[in-house]
Amino acid sequence: MDYAVVVALQIVSGVATLVIVSLGLAVVFGMMRVINLAHGEFLMLGGYTAILASGQGVNLWIAILVLPPIAVGIIGAVVERVLIRRLYGRMIDTMLATWGLSLAFIGGVTMLFGNSVTGISAPLGSFEVGRFHVAGYDLFLVAASVAMSLAIWIVLKFTPAGLIARGTMQNAEMAAALGVPPDRVYALTFTAGAALSGLAGGLIAPVSGVLPTMGTAYIAKAFITVITGGAAMLTGTLVASGLLGSVLTIFTFLTTPVFGEVALLVVAIVLLRLLPRGITGRFLRRAL
Amino acid sequence: MTVNVRTALQIVAALIVAGLAAWLLPQYLELFTLINATVFVSMGLLALSLGLIWGFGGILCFGQTAFFGIGGYTYAVAAINFGDTTWAVPLALLVPTAVAAALGYLMFFGRISDVYMGVITLTTTLILFKFANSTAGDQWTIGTAPLGGFNGIPGTPPLNFPLDPSNQLAPEQVFVVAVLALGICYAVAKLILRTRFGRVAVAIKENELRAELLGYDVRLHKLGLFAIGGFMAGLAGILFANCVFVSPTMFSLSYAGQVIIWVLVGGIGTLVGPVIGCMLIQALTTYAGTLSAIDPNLLLGVLFMLAVVVVPKGLLPTATTILLRLMRRGEP
Repeated sequence: MDYAVVVALQIVSGVATLVIVSLGLAVVFGMMRVINLAHGEFLMLGGYTAILASGQGVNLWIAILVLPPIAVGIIGAVVERVLIRRLYGRMIDTMLATWGLSLAFIGGVTMLFGNSVTGISAPLGSFEVGRFHVAGYDLFLVAASVAMSLAIWIVLKFTPAGLIARGTMQNAEMAAALGVPPDRVYALTFTAGAALSGLAGGLIAPVSGVLPTMGTAYIAKAFITVITGGAAMLTGTLVASGLLGSVLTIFTFLTTPVFGEVALLVVAIVLLRLLPRGITGRFLRRAL
Repeated sequence: MTVNVRTALQIVAALIVAGLAAWLLPQYLELFTLINATVFVSMGLLALSLGLIWGFGGILCFGQTAFFGIGGYTYAVAAINFGDTTWAVPLALLVPTAVAAALGYLMFFGRISDVYMGVITLTTTLILFKFANSTAGDQWTIGTAPLGGFNGIPGTPPLNFPLDPSNQLAPEQVFVVAVLALGICYAVAKLILRTRFGRVAVAIKENELRAELLGYDVRLHKLGLFAIGGFMAGLAGILFANCVFVSPTMFSLSYAGQVIIWVLVGGIGTLVGPVIGCMLIQALTTYAGTLSAIDPNLLLGVLFMLAVVVVPKGLLPTATTILLRLMRRGEP
C-alpha cells in the first residue's frame, strides 16, 4: 500500500516536471508558431541564475522563484529583438537560428563557468510514507506546475492582455487594424515564454543539478510533449504531460531512466502516426 | 548544354577529383593529416546525405547523425563478432537504411509536417545518444562486443580486404576507400536525381500538393529518398568508425547541429555545396580548437545564426549568383 502511494507520487511529480519544463515552449510555439530550439538553454540559464544567486547569499526561494524568470525574460527580450524578429513567418529558419543560439549559449556558458555540474540542495526535506521517504520538494514541484498552468489560463482567459494576445495570434492583420501593434505583442509573448522557461530552470535546478548541457536533457522531452499536445497549447501540454509523464515514470521504475525516455519517444511517435495533429487536433479542440 | 550532358560532366569531374585525391594525397600528406582528412571525408559524406534529402526532397531531418551513429555502431559490433569486416559492412549499411525506412514510414505515412519531422528526428538522435551513453558495464555486450557506454568501442577493427581478415587496410588505404566512396555516392546521388524517381522527389519538394494531385505517391517517394539518405549516412558512419572509433558523440547534439550548418553554409539544393561547407567548417573548428580561447560550440552557434540571417541560400549558390552577375557585366 505504501509502495503504491510512493509510486503514485512519483508519477504525479514526473508529470509535474514535464509540465514545468514544457510550458515556456508551449507558450512560444502555441501562440507564435515559433519553434524555439534554444528552449533547453533558457532552462539552463535559469538554473545558473538560481545557482549564482543562492551562491551570493540570496534567499533560496527568491533565487529559485523570482530571479530566474526576470533574468531569462530579459535575455529572451534581447533574443527576440536581435534574432527572432527578423525571421517571423519563416518557421524553419527560426528553428535553425534558435539552434545556432542554443549552441552559442552552451559554448558561452562553458567558457564562463566550465563544464562541470553545480547544484543547490533541495529545500523542504522529506516526509515518511510508511517505510519510504518522499522529498517535500517533489510535492512543491507539483504545486508549482498547477500554479503555473492556472496563471497562464487566467492571464489568457480573463485579462485584457490575454485577450489581445489571443486575438493577435488568431489574426494579426485584424488586430493591427484595430490598433494593436502585433510586433509588440509578439515581443511580449516571447519574453513571457522565456520567463516561464527561466522559472522552470530555477525550479528544476535543485533536482537536476546545473551544467552547460543540461538543456539537452530536457529539450527532447519538452518538444515531444508540446507536439503531442497539439494545437490547444495549455490543454494539449497538460494532457500530453499526463500521458507521457506517466509512461516515462512507469518505465523508469520498471527498467532504467534511459528506457523510460525511449518508451516516451516510441509512444509519442506512434501517437503522432495515429493523431498527426496532436491530441488536441482530434479531442478537446475548443479548449485553450 | 542539355541537362543530361551537364550531369554527365559533373559526375566525371567529381570522379576525376576523387581519383586524383585518392592517388596523390597519400603520397604527400603526413599520416596524421591523412587520418584527419579521412575524418573530413566521412563527414563530407554525411553532409552529402543530408544535402540530398533536404535540398532535393525537402525532408527536414535534424537527426541525420542517428543513422551515422547506427552505421558506426553496427559496423563495430558486427566486425568484432565476426572477426572479419566483409559481412560487417553490408550489415552496417542495411541496419541504418532499415531504421531510416521504419522511422520514415511512421513520419511520412503519418503525414506530419516539416517542423514536427525536424523535432522527431532530433529527438531520436538525442535519445540514441543517451542510450549509447548508458551502456557502460558488462551487461551491455552484444555477442563479444562491449558497448562501452560513454567511452564507446575504442578497439573498432579497421576494414580488411574482403574475406581476408588478417589483411587489414592501412590508414592510407582507408583514405582511398573513403574518398572513392564519397565520389561514388556523389555520382549515385546525381544519377538518382536524373531518374524518374528523383525528378518526382524534386517535384514533391517544390510543391507537395501539386505532385500529389498529379497522382504521385508523395509518401512513398519521400520514404525512398529518406532511406537512401540513411544508407549514405550509415556508410559515412562506417568510414568514421575506421579512422576514429565509435562513441556516443556520433549521436550528439553538437554533431547533429554541425551537419545542418554544413549543408546550410554550403548551400541547400546543391550536392557539392554541403561537402565544401563541411570541409570549410571542419577546418575552421579544428583551427578554433587549437586556439582554446573560444569554445567551438560558441563559434559554431554564431556561424549558424549568421548563415540563417545573412546568407540563407548558402555560400555556393550565393557565390554562383555573384559570379554569373560579374560575367554578364564583363560581356559587352
